[in-house]
Amino acid sequence: MSNYPANFRYTKEHEWVLVEGDTGAVGITDHAQSELGDIVYVDLPQVGSTMTQGETFGSVESVKAVSDLYAPISGEVTAINDSLAKSPEKLNSDPHGEAWLVKVKLTHPDEIQHLLSAEDYQSYIEG
Amino acid sequence: MAAVSTLQRTPLFERHQALGAKTIDFGGWDMPVQYSSILEEHKAVRERVGLFDVSHMGEIEIDGPEALALVNYVTTNDAAKLKDGQAQYSGLLYAHGGFVDDILVHRVREDHYFLCVNASNQDKDFAHIVTHSLDSHGRRRFQAAVTFTSANYAQIAVQGPRALELVQQLCDAPLADIRYYHFVDGAVAGFAARIARTGYTGEDGFELYVKPADSSALWDLLLEKGKAYGILPCGLGARNTLRLESAYPLYGHEIDASILPPEAGLNWIVKTAKGNFVGRDQVVEKLEEGVWRKLTGFEMVGRGIARDGYPVLADGVAAGWVTSGGPSPTLGTNIGLCYLPEEIAEEGRSIAIQIRNQPVEARIVKTPFYKREKS
Repeated sequence: MSNYPANFRYTKEHEWVLVEGDTGAVGITDHAQSELGDIVYVDLPQVGSTMTQGETFGSVESVKAVSDLYAPISGEVTAINDSLAKSPEKLNSDPHGEAWLVKVKLTHPDEIQHLLSAEDYQSYIEG
Repeated sequence: MAAVSTLQRTPLFERHQALGAKTIDFGGWDMPVQYSSILEEHKAVRERVGLFDVSHMGEIEIDGPEALALVNYVTTNDAAKLKDGQAQYSGLLYAHGGFVDDILVHRVREDHYFLCVNASNQDKDFAHIVTHSLDSHGRRRFQAAVTFTSANYAQIAVQGPRALELVQQLCDAPLADIRYYHFVDGAVAGFAARIARTGYTGEDGFELYVKPADSSALWDLLLEKGKAYGILPCGLGARNTLRLESAYPLYGHEIDASILPPEAGLNWIVKTAKGNFVGRDQVVEKLEEGVWRKLTGFEMVGRGIARDGYPVLADGVAAGWVTSGGPSPTLGTNIGLCYLPEEIAEEGRSIAIQIRNQPVEARIVKTPFYKREKS
């Protein structure tokens, strides 16, 4: 069984966010990477761009297909994980850790209340 | 609430479940798309050996004194060139020249031909052949019977540079003597099998047609004996990346009812000199006037992966569409096939693929993208 960190919040589109202070790190869940299979390409926004909760901010591609990334939370992108351009397979091996996608400065921190807890996310994917 | 699956299953479906395969709806069939990793499965076939369940493929058999005449009337290639135990790639065309399907024609005997056809086209293919075997009064035009025999066969493909050694372990007949696109009727592990040296991966290997009841035991044996060669069970995901590197057409992508053989680069399977066949007039006309679009290979230059249906731009103007695209695990690049006007389809020319509203640079390259070195 996959281990979903309790301090992350999750979306039904299978992204996670870890909020620390006014910053959130965003990634895709272990369930997402497992469903996608071998990930070979990641398209991320530029630093300085803004993302809006529920809207697409990039895409990940597996050998088979392309999938949109949906922003779990609104904010301004302060960092992107450059290492994924060269090593997208990290998204398969460590989706909750090394393979975070972007970091954002939150513009609406209260949006986090609309996200799922680890327990709720787990029930959702097992549903 | 559990949805009731209306998808068809092959006799090996339980094996796929036990192996933890992810399955998808492939033309109405619940088929494994991957067992472990498409990239790993792809690599196993290029470097070692992979095992595929392709029992969803259809079989149609044509028997009788005029079997050859009927086969030659409904297919594009010249079946008269075949000897017993030989197979050829061929096409079934509509009267307007577009593809009904692409198929393999095996000559079992002078009066018995065995056709292997695409899973999702099999019903339509059978109806097409039967229709063209009759005259306008519903009378037989040929002394030949057309039989739909898909239910009599499971099909297992063993593909890769070690396939020969592996299958030989289970087989008395000297398999090295079976040349490419030839077959023998024999036995594998004691199970009656049509053993064909054919495949859809660009590697050496065999396609084994066996009784459905024997297929699970044979599958298990091949996996067991194959361990020594690093075998992996492979799904449709790897089958697709392998065939794309080899630039083999896939029905519904490179070819369909709107595409004529000359456009798809398939003149080599059209033998207009053999006499009349369904679609011949339209193909001849197309050959004389020339094609305006041509199936063309490309490699991405910019970052991005082309996918089926993406528009292709030449000098910033829409010029064609991607039929198949994706990463090439063997080459480490992103490749694809597309239709383009013939005057644009020049090797080395720069084009762009419209990827999610962004034009991304690509370059026209020769196909196949990958060709194995003959040993």
